[in-house]
Order: sequence, then C-alpha cells, then structure tokens
Amino acid sequence: MGKKLMIVDPQKCTGCRNCELVCSVKHNGVSDPSLARIHIVKWDDERFYMPMRCQHCRDAPCLAVCPKDAIYRDEEMDSVRINHDLCIGCKMCVSACPFGAMGWNPKRGRVFKCDLCHGDPQCVRFCDVKAVDYVETSKLCCDRMRDAAENYAELTRRYPR
Amino acid sequence: MALNRKIAYIDLDAETVRFEQIPMEWRRKFIGGRGLDAYLLYTNTPKGCDPLGSDNVVIISAGILGGTLASSASRTHITAKSPLTNLFGSASMGGFFAPEMRWAGIDHFVIRGKASRPVFIYAHDGEIEIRDADFVWGKGVYDTQARIRSELADEETQILCIGQAGENLVRYATVMTGRKDAGARTGMGAVLGSKNLKAIACRGTMEIEISNPEEALEYNKETIDRVVSSKASQSMQRWGTNFMFGITNTTGLVRTRNFQYNQLPNSENLEAENLEKFSVGMDACFGCQVHCRHRYVIKDGEYAGTYALGPDFTGQGAFGAEVGCRSMDTVLVCNHLVNDYGIDTLEVGSMIAWAMELYEEGIITDKDTHGLKLEWGNDEAVIALIKQVALRQGFGDILAEGPLPAARRLGPDSLKYLIHVKGMSNLNTDERAAPAWALSIAVSSRGSDNLRGMPAIDLYNLPMELLEKVYRSPDGYDGPLTNSFSEYEGKPRMVMWQELCYMAVESLGVCKYHTVFLSPNHPAFTEFSRLIQLNVGLEFSEMDLWDCAKRCYTIERLFNLREGMTRADDMLTDRYFEEPTRLGLPAARGKYIDRNRFEAMLDEYYRLHEWDEAGIPTPELLERLDISDLWTPGKN
Repeated sequence: MGKKLMIVDPQKCTGCRNCELVCSVKHNGVSDPSLARIHIVKWDDERFYMPMRCQHCRDAPCLAVCPKDAIYRDEEMDSVRINHDLCIGCKMCVSACPFGAMGWNPKRGRVFKCDLCHGDPQCVRFCDVKAVDYVETSKLCCDRMRDAAENYAELTRRYPR
Repeated sequence: MALNRKIAYIDLDAETVRFEQIPMEWRRKFIGGRGLDAYLLYTNTPKGCDPLGSDNVVIISAGILGGTLASSASRTHITAKSPLTNLFGSASMGGFFAPEMRWAGIDHFVIRGKASRPVFIYAHDGEIEIRDADFVWGKGVYDTQARIRSELADEETQILCIGQAGENLVRYATVMTGRKDAGARTGMGAVLGSKNLKAIACRGTMEIEISNPEEALEYNKETIDRVVSSKASQSMQRWGTNFMFGITNTTGLVRTRNFQYNQLPNSENLEAENLEKFSVGMDACFGCQVHCRHRYVIKDGEYAGTYALGPDFTGQGAFGAEVGCRSMDTVLVCNHLVNDYGIDTLEVGSMIAWAMELYEEGIITDKDTHGLKLEWGNDEAVIALIKQVALRQGFGDILAEGPLPAARRLGPDSLKYLIHVKGMSNLNTDERAAPAWALSIAVSSRGSDNLRGMPAIDLYNLPMELLEKVYRSPDGYDGPLTNSFSEYEGKPRMVMWQELCYMAVESLGVCKYHTVFLSPNHPAFTEFSRLIQLNVGLEFSEMDLWDCAKRCYTIERLFNLREGMTRADDMLTDRYFEEPTRLGLPAARGKYIDRNRFEAMLDEYYRLHEWDEAGIPTPELLERLDISDLWTPGKN
C-alpha cells in the first residue's frame, strides 16, 4: 500500500462545516470551530468554499522554526507531528505557518494542528461529498483525471454531436 | 456544557440587556427552540398587542441541539405575533446563525420595545452590544451582511438581518441569514423593521460540551448514513428541493394560475434538471450532508453575473406555475430579488397570482396597477411587482399589506379569488386531490403552510406496514390509517403526528429533511431521544418528547385562541370545496374537497389533540400537560 495524501476539492465543498464540528469534538470533546484543525474559508461573493488545514509540508516552516525539535516528520504517515512533551509553548510555529494551520488553545495552553486522526481523518469520514479526502498517492492523479473526464462524458451525453 | 446557554432579554426602548439562565423545568417542559419560544411568546406579549407595536416581542432562538452532532443542527427559529395574520407568527431558517448564537453563549433572544434609531445587536462571547445601524439602513440583505462583517472586521460573523421589505413593513417581509436562509413566513421581517432593528450579528468561541463525544460522533455518522441513503435525500443532493416540482406537477398537485388549474403543462423549462446549467455547485447549512440548494449565477439580462443561492421548490411554483410563467431565468431572478429585498417567496408569488386573476376577471384594471399588464405569464410584470412590493411603490404598496387587507382595498369581489388560510397565502401546492394536505394547511398554527403538519409521504402510497410503523408510534395509536392520498380516513392522525414531529424537531433545532418529512425512513422520536441524551446529556423518553411537543403545539393554539381565533378559521377557502381540479393523473383529476368529510376530519383532528369540538384544549389536557396556569376557560 502506498502512502496517503490529504487533498481538498473546493469545487465539491458545500460549505457545511461538519468537518470543523467533528474535528473539534473528536479532539476536544466540544463543539467549537475555533478549536478545529480544519476550517472552511468562505467569501460572500466567491462561488466556492475552500477547506484549509495543515498541508503537512515537506519543508515545514513550523518544524524549521521550532527551537526544541518538538515538531517532527512522521515518515511512515508522511505527516508533520507535534511532540507535546518537548513543546515549550513558545508559539513560534503559530507565527511561522503560512496557512494559519497551527492553532493555540489558551485553555489547554498548547498548540494544535491536524494529526490526520492517526490515519483515519474524521473530516474525511464525515464529508459525504469528499471535498476533503485522504487518498493513496498512487491513485491520486487517476482519480482526478477520471473526475475531469467524467465532466467531458457528461457534456457529451447531454449535448450529443 | 450545552445547557448553560442563556436567554438574553433585550429592551430596545431602554437599550438594556438582561441575561437569564434557562430553568431546567423549562427544558423538561418545552425543550428549547420553537417549543420554548411558544411559551416565551405567550407569557411575554399582552393579549391583543399591535404586531408592529413596541409591545410585541420577537424571539430568536437556537434549538437544544443547535451546534451539536445532531446532523444538521442548524436551524434558527423566530417567533412574534404576526403582522400578517395577527395570530401566532413563526418561521424557521437554516444556515449558520443558530450554532454561532450558541458559541456566543445565547440560546434565545427575547426582544421588546422599539429603538429610537436604526440599530443592530452584536452578540459575542457572552456579551451584547446595541450598535448604530445607519450605515446599513436602506440596504439589501447581501450588502447589509457584507458591510456589518466589514464593520466588525470579522468575516466569521454570522448575521440575521432584514432587507428593504422589512424596513418598509411589508407584512410578509422575511428575516434572512446568509444569502438564502429565510425565516420567511408570517412577516417576521416587518416586526424587526417596526423595532428599527436591522440585524443581529453573532460571533463566539464558547465551547459547547458534548456529553458523550465518542458515541455522539458514531451516532452522528449513523444518522448521516441513514439520511443520505433515502431516495428523497439523494434527489435533493443532486437537484435540490426542486426535484419535487416534477413529481407534484405531473401528479396534478401544483397550484397554477392562482387556482384555475392544478398543473402547469409544457413546464420542461421549470424542471429541476434545467437548473444544472446555471449551477456552480451545491450549498449546505451547518453540518448537513443533504445540501439541498444550488449556488447559481444568472446568465443573461439585467442581472447577468449575479451570484445567488437556491431557488427552492417554492420558487418554481411562486414565480412559475402560480403566475403562469415558464422561464427558469425568471425564477432565478425573482429568487435573487426576494432574498435580497427580504420578502417571502410564497406570499409574494401568491399575491401576484391573485392579482393576475383579478386582472383577468376585470376586478382590477390598468388604473389600479398603474399600467402594469398583469397577464398570465408576463415575466416582466412579476419581476416589476416584486420590486414594487418591497419598496412599497405603485400597486405593490397595496399587495404589501398582505392578502386580507389588500382584498379589503380591492373590494369584496376580490376576496373569492384569494387562496389563504387565517390571512396567510397558501403555498404553491394544490391540495384538492389530497385531503390530508388540505387538512394540514387548514389547521396549521401559523396559517396556510406545508411545513407545520403536511404528511408529504402520504403521496408515496407506502406499504401499510411502513406507514403504521411511523404513525402508530410513539403513543400506540390504534385508530384508522390509509395509504392512498385520496382518502379522508386516518388522515387527521397523520397530520397531528407530523405537527408534533415538526414541533419536536424544531425544538431540537434540527432540519425537517432529517426527520420524517420526505422519507418515512428518517429519524423521529426514538432517535431524537438518543440525540439529546448523547449530545446534551438529558434523558427524554420518546413519550416525554411527544408530550413536550403536544404541550408546545397546544400553547401555539392557546395563543391563537387568545387572539380571537375560532374553529371557523381552521378552514379552507370555498374554491377548495366548489371547483374540481381539471388536470393531472386520474387520482388528482376532477377532485375537490368534500365539505362534510372535511368537517369530520377536523372533528377527529381536534379529538386527537384532546381539544374540544370548538378547537379549545380541554381542561384535562391542560392539567395533564401542566400548563393550566396559561388558560382559564371563558376568561382569556
């Protein structure tokens, strides 16, 4: 089995924010999107919704900036992880993340970000349209190509030559 | 925990705010949301108050499960005495406002008085400010929301507001959250307008503790899987609520040309499939996987490039069949206009259709309409009239007063063409072939409406076992039931059951598409009980919930009785009894409602609710429901 990658598809997202809800409950036992590790960005006039969360960067600024090596790469999961035992709560990673994906929970006094739910991301599990998905990298391109080709097929069916 | 959310009592005369805890006794009796709203309205408004006066109280609430893992726990409910019917006013809307209210620490706003200038209320993390709203007064819904977000410098703020129609006291003005979610019926927008209250903005990060998070998550998944497995949900996921138009129109249940026909022939352009070419994707309310509406862009004409949400099934009727139009472009433009101005789709469509019939009959002429040719299928006239109503210009100013006042202005001949119950226009369905539906609109506590007690699944001709499983629970009803929509027998039970089911689901703050509305296999009382237990930790048996729903629905009834309603108001207009349908499938053609059998249904319906033959709740019922302090027989 190949490695998996978390991807988003703004075209599919319906903006329901169930991902924020289940993420916040899964990790904190409470409903509070400000504690969710995923967020749906919306604009009044734009015609799509954009799911945003940790990209698990290859060359991660949060990891690079951490003075205590509390952030590390999990090569098996291909993800960026936090070791809370080493974290000193300096929040440099919060400043460094270009996506705003590193959050700070003042009540627990610790940083937080997507941990892929240890291989079973709940945002993906609960997203019926799969606007967020967790797919094997080897299948990634094929799946997208198939989706794109399906649009073409649909048009052809609808407007036959 | 979830149950520490407050009631915020706001007095706009004195500009004061007072917070109160919701007593546990109220939770046990009225649950929350619409149920508790009914009690709060009954106890906070004086009998006979002017709906647009400062005595009227407007209540805005989230349900007890708002913002939790209940699958679409998204609904905001608004209630006040209605300026349209002078009776119980109530409307429910989706979107994201209710969860944000709860994250801001509030379950119910109870607002009285009238501000001395345009204001908006800003609630954030347990605090409330009353702020100046001059900068948005006169603006439409979209613009108002964008400007308030910008003013507060927080794009995550959720806003409930009125458009120009609410400011202009159009008696069927809506309140809106987002671009599409309308608290549409009974004129709640005019009540906000009368209070100079342009909007309420909410923003919060106060945690809602979930009682049993692990099980609640799993049960949420189970519920979602169950809801999205039904054919109705899958149809809505693809086509929106618009899929219903094809089914009902083919059968012959769509009100056409006001009430002349029950089907619009050659309606291909209005069918749901035709929306796809305008759609840029689907849109959902909070936590909902049914995502029942489109995001669309208007392609041509004056509004080309406008981005809007919807339209729903009612738009196809109100701006299509009812007014004899066949253009999806018109439906899309009208849907955008009513959302931005903040007017009820159903009411304005019905008013225009009625005016068109009056115009055809010569009861009104070009002189009344200021030259507007109100001919069937005149798309431009429909669009023009929507604007006139919202801005109270020309002939629109008369229509803006609502069905009965407008009929008084246009003379007694106009009344016979009016399709309404209790002064509220009927929606876009024609119920002559479906007695259960006819009963449901006649008895609804807020006037003619499909979302109060309509047993929509009656149309499916379901197997009796399935029907019995739904309608005999949870109290073990053992009377008759029938599975043909043409029957009269057993229908009062279905209507009464749906009324209590909808009351329960709206007290929870969950969307009706997640209960028995369009599918018999969706969650109901048993599942509600478990959802409450897992999410907020209260134990309600399904019979407890049934009794709560009965109590709250009875309070809505008492409110109406206190305001002078009688059995005679639980009635359809004469055309239902006198004009047979002309089109549709054999089961829907040549049908009308039999007056005697209708009266018999009404008797049975009252009996099932434990109300007397005049429709007044019996003292025994009030005693048992522990609300006898609200009603003294003969002295209200």
